[in-house]
Amino acid sequence: MGKTIAEKIFATHLVDEPFAGTHVLKLDVVLCHEITTPIAIADLMARGKDRVFDTTRIKAVIDHVTPSKDTKTATQAKILRDWARRHAIKDFFDVGHNGVCHALFPEKGFIRPGYTVIMGDSHTCTHGAFGAFAAGVGTTDLEVGILKGVCAFREPKTIRFNLHGTLPKGVYAKDVILFLIGQVGVNGATDRVMEFRGPVVEAMTMESRMTLCNMAIEAGGTSGICMPDQVTVDYLWPFIQNDYPSMDAALAEFRKWWSDDDAVYDKVLDFDLSTLEPIVTHGYKPDQVKTITEMAGTPVDQVYLGSCTNGRLEDLRIAAGILKGKTIAPTVRAILSPATPKIYQEALHEGLIDIFMEAGFCVTNPTCGACLGMSNGVLAEGEVCASTTNRNFMGRMGKGGMVHLMSPATSAATAIEGKMADPRKYL
Amino acid sequence: MKTFGGSVLFLDRSDINTDEIIPAKYLTEITKEDLKPYILEDLKLPGFDPKGAKTREARVIVSRANFGCGSSREHAPWVFEVNDITAVVAESFARIFRQNMFNCGMAAIELPKEKIDRLFSYAGYPDSTMAVDVAGQTVTVRGGGKEETVSFEVSPFDKALVLAGGWVDYADKKY
Repeated sequence: MGKTIAEKIFATHLVDEPFAGTHVLKLDVVLCHEITTPIAIADLMARGKDRVFDTTRIKAVIDHVTPSKDTKTATQAKILRDWARRHAIKDFFDVGHNGVCHALFPEKGFIRPGYTVIMGDSHTCTHGAFGAFAAGVGTTDLEVGILKGVCAFREPKTIRFNLHGTLPKGVYAKDVILFLIGQVGVNGATDRVMEFRGPVVEAMTMESRMTLCNMAIEAGGTSGICMPDQVTVDYLWPFIQNDYPSMDAALAEFRKWWSDDDAVYDKVLDFDLSTLEPIVTHGYKPDQVKTITEMAGTPVDQVYLGSCTNGRLEDLRIAAGILKGKTIAPTVRAILSPATPKIYQEALHEGLIDIFMEAGFCVTNPTCGACLGMSNGVLAEGEVCASTTNRNFMGRMGKGGMVHLMSPATSAATAIEGKMADPRKYL
Repeated sequence: MKTFGGSVLFLDRSDINTDEIIPAKYLTEITKEDLKPYILEDLKLPGFDPKGAKTREARVIVSRANFGCGSSREHAPWVFEVNDITAVVAESFARIFRQNMFNCGMAAIELPKEKIDRLFSYAGYPDSTMAVDVAGQTVTVRGGGKEETVSFEVSPFDKALVLAGGWVDYADKKY
C-alpha cells in the first residue's frame, strides 16, 4: 500500500508512538514570533529549563506588532530579542529586517520539501506549499518544540483536492481557496491534511501555492500541502545549490516525497475551476462565500492589502496592474503592508510603490498589525473592510468591524470604486 | 491533576472562535492571570453576558460543533483556566484548541450531537452542574432535580496528558 506525502514525512520523522494513533515527530524547524513565544520562554525559565534543542533549527521574528506600539508590545519584543541573543539564535529578525513570518521564513529558504515545521501560529500551514508538513500549534507545543525538538500529532489523514482546468483571467489562488473552504466548510478538514493537486496547482507559482495553503486552517486543516516540483526547485535553488549537483538532481530528490499513486486518502474531491469567478466572503466565517458578481456594489470603508495570505510581490504586482494611473474612491481609505522588507524594496524598485501612493494608498511597514486588529489599520465599530487577509471573524480587525476576504485584484478594484467591484473589467 | 466540574455555562452555537474567546488585542498580556477579565468578551449570544454571574461561576462549558476554531492562541484555554473553567464539552473542536486544552492538563471532551442535545436540555435549570470524570470517561449532569450520566471517548494520549498535568511535564520525562 502506498503512502501520501504526509505519511512519508511522518514515517521519516517518527520518534515515538506512545499510543496507537499518536505520532511524536522530530522537528526540522521551530518558528517563533513575539506573541505566542514569550509565555513559553517565561515558563521554561520558571521551570529552570531555559534551553533550546538546536539553535540552528529555531527561527524567530518580531512581526505581529512592529515597531512596538506601546510598553506591552515592546516588552514582548524584548523578551523574544533577549532570548534569541542569550541562545545565539542566528536567524532572528528584528526591526529593519522583520516581516510577516509566513512570508519571511520561506523567502529565507528555511522551508524545504519533507520538513516538519511548527509555529505558535495557526497559519503555519502556509509552508506546506513547499511539500513540508507544517502545523500551527499552541504555546505549550511550541515550548516542548523549543526544548526537545519534538511534537505530537494524530494520524495524518489526508483529503486530496484535485483541481482541474485552468484559472480564468482575474481569478487567483485566493479565489480558489475561498471557494474550496466554501465547499467543505470551516470544519470540513479538521484533523486532516489538505493535499492540493492537479493542473491548477502545477501552474501556480510558489507565492500562489503559499496563498492556497495559508488558508487550510480556515477549513480546520492541520497542514496544506503541495507536491514539490520544478517550481519548488527554482524557488529554492539559491539556497540549495550547494546541496545538489544539479537542479535535476534536486528535483529527483524532491520527487521521492510525492504521494504514491496507490496512496490511501480519507477523501478525494474533484473540482473543475475553469469557470471559477472571483470570490468574496459575506459573513463572519470564511466558508460564507459568494461570487463578486453577487457582492458587487457593497460599500466599504477601508481596503487592506497585505498579510501572510496576500502580501507578497506577486500580489502587489497584480493590484498595482489594476491601480496604475487610477485613484481610489474618496470615500475609502486604502492600506498596503508589503509582507517583508525584501518585497517592499523590490516593489519600490519596480515602481509599484509609486503606483499605490499615487492612487492614494497609505504604505506601512511589513507587519501583521491590522489583520488581527492590533495596529496599523484597526476598524471602528460598524466599519467594513475589503481585505486580502484570511479571517473575517466578527471584530477580527477591530471590535464591531466587518471584514470581507478577497484577492488582491478584487481589493484593488474595490479601492477604485469604494464598493466591491469585479477586477476582471480592469484587466 | 486538575479537577473538573461545577456550574455549567451553556453556549448554544457552533464555530465559537478564539477571537470571541479572547480578542487579539489582549494577546499583548505577558501573564495568564492578566487575561482574566476579558473572558469571552466578544461573544454575542442571546442572554449571554461575559461579565455576568453565570460566566463568573462557571467551571465547565458546554457548546456545539467546531469549538475554538481560528487562531492557535493558547490564551483561549488560559483565559478559561484563570477563570477556573477546566473542561469544555462540545460536539467537536478545532484541532489546535483541543490540543492546547489537553497540553495544559485540561479537558476538551467530544460527544455526539444527541448527547450534547441531552446536556443542553439542562440549560434551563439555574442550578445545573456537571461533573467530568476524565479517568472514568463519564460526564454527569444535574439540574432541576434530575441527573444523568453519559460516557465519552478520549484518545489515550490526551488522557495521559491530563493525568500527567500537561504536555511539558509528560514530554520532559519522556524525551
